[in-house]
Amino acid sequence: MHIVVPIKQVPETSEVTMDEESGTMIRAGVESIINPLDLYAIEQAILLKEQFGGSVTLLSMGPKSAIEAIREAIAMGCDRGYLLSDRKFAGADTWATAYVLANAIRRMDCVDLIICGERATDGDTGQVGPGIASFLDLPVLTYVSGLEVDGDAIVVRRLVENGYEVYRAPLPVVVTVVKEIAYPRLPTLRGKQRARGMEIPLWDNALLGLDEQCLGLAGSPTRVKRIFRPKVSREGEMLVVRSEDDLEAAADRVVAYLDEKNLL
Amino acid sequence: MKSRVREIWTLAEASGDGINPVSYEVLARGVELKAKLDEIAEAKVVAVLLARSLDDDAVRTLVHYGADEVLYVRDERLADFLVQNTASILTDLAGERKPEIFLAAATTYGRTIMPYVSVRLNAGLTADCTVLDIEPESGLLLQTRPAIGGNILATIKTESARPQMATVRPHSTRVLPPDVSRAGLVTQILPDDRHFRSRVKFIRFESTSDDEMPISEARKVVSGGRGIGKAENMALVHELAEALDAGVGASREAVDRGWISYPHQVGLSGKTVTPDLYLALGISGSIQHLAGMQTAEHIVAINSDPDAQIFKVADMGIVGNLFDVVPVLIEKIRRARRADSQECRTA
Repeated sequence: MHIVVPIKQVPETSEVTMDEESGTMIRAGVESIINPLDLYAIEQAILLKEQFGGSVTLLSMGPKSAIEAIREAIAMGCDRGYLLSDRKFAGADTWATAYVLANAIRRMDCVDLIICGERATDGDTGQVGPGIASFLDLPVLTYVSGLEVDGDAIVVRRLVENGYEVYRAPLPVVVTVVKEIAYPRLPTLRGKQRARGMEIPLWDNALLGLDEQCLGLAGSPTRVKRIFRPKVSREGEMLVVRSEDDLEAAADRVVAYLDEKNLL
Repeated sequence: MKSRVREIWTLAEASGDGINPVSYEVLARGVELKAKLDEIAEAKVVAVLLARSLDDDAVRTLVHYGADEVLYVRDERLADFLVQNTASILTDLAGERKPEIFLAAATTYGRTIMPYVSVRLNAGLTADCTVLDIEPESGLLLQTRPAIGGNILATIKTESARPQMATVRPHSTRVLPPDVSRAGLVTQILPDDRHFRSRVKFIRFESTSDDEMPISEARKVVSGGRGIGKAENMALVHELAEALDAGVGASREAVDRGWISYPHQVGLSGKTVTPDLYLALGISGSIQHLAGMQTAEHIVAINSDPDAQIFKVADMGIVGNLFDVVPVLIEKIRRARRADSQECRTA
């Protein structure tokens, strides 16, 4: 089985701050990590390889530093990786990102399955997985929490709002997976050594030859106009419980609040 | 020369024998945008529904909730969601009617079909919007949505690609009161066989392992976090939830420790909920957790740590031992609800 896993390097969410004046994100000095939800996709891919044989190819579109994310995933147990990097790819929205990733996947041999994480924790859109499938004219099954192979097809459980939907899809197919699918393993020491020594080819647009009008900021139909901090904090009523009396009073106050807001 | 009427499409979803109420939320957004767009150009709200045969009455509710027109693509093969088939139909329809704006709810359905279609239409798509507005002079759709785990809000525009597509966060919109006297055109479209080429098969639906209310739909959610301490203590969370007719949620810590299953997880790598009430028990309020619940209407938190981050977003915070507070709270809630129902009976 040849499985492709597109991954993204993202800033560590809790560390990202904003320059309120200019409305831009401050990424300097913020640690970069593999998108946490991609770890589940990587794990599922490796599990399938261990069970059925084959290989796992990683793909990442990003700045040169994204090569570290690829190495980390290889250290977990993937076979190879390609870094898609070019200044022309920068500033891409989900349409332009899916365009580049899909075209890179087209260059690969015999891809049976493409597994994506549910979404990236910086953009939070979840749109690239289905976007890739659309460009490749493949079916896509999203929010997959369980996956079994059945001959040349897969049977998946999708986690939807009120339960699970079970589908059977002949390969090749794109899936996006949720956390429930598997528990990501840690990279091994040997894996890290292997990853360090491995050549990870850089594919830029000179190699890919894609239509520049479809790339990066220029190729993105959407544009971010403004970034601002939400007013999330609330001036809440605080009650401190230090005694039985406090406890009674606090509980009464909560019930009164709930009643007032029609929440009882 | 008469200017073309701009169509604001809202994608509706079927649910059982009727319409999924989230469809009315998206309609409300469409109606709001139409009002703003009317200052610049004539617009109309068109609800688009792809479903098997449903009662006319059910379909017509889309008009009652704000649609000027309903495009009802009807086929038994649409009973199950097969992305390629749905996308094929929507792509053709959008190519024909050329809507100005195309909205859907950010449900598992909407978040799957919209990106697939946006690629086919070479259109821009913004996910999970909480605010939608019209830019005064240009008439462009202003799409505002959270990113970086809810740490920031971004406003996005689609300058030239059409339609301007967006998914709207569920439970973030007040539904309009239905007007059963409202007139609107319901057009049934029988789709061509060529749209049904998907080789994916829907096998069955399985409800979640417990009988409990799915939290994305719950109006009230009671959630337990690390402060619950151990699996057995989750019973207290369930009890409070039951007393309030609420769904049960959990922080990542509680799920990772196996105290409750993943569908209950609220947060960055779990579900985002916008209930009327979110009651957090023993949850510290990490950024990852807040990302999943900070837009709830009313937030009440109980935690023994006065510096817990959750208190920054709580409308009411109780600093105390939840094992002391919660049993008393449950008792008082039960009593208050009994009193309410007795009142109704004697009235």
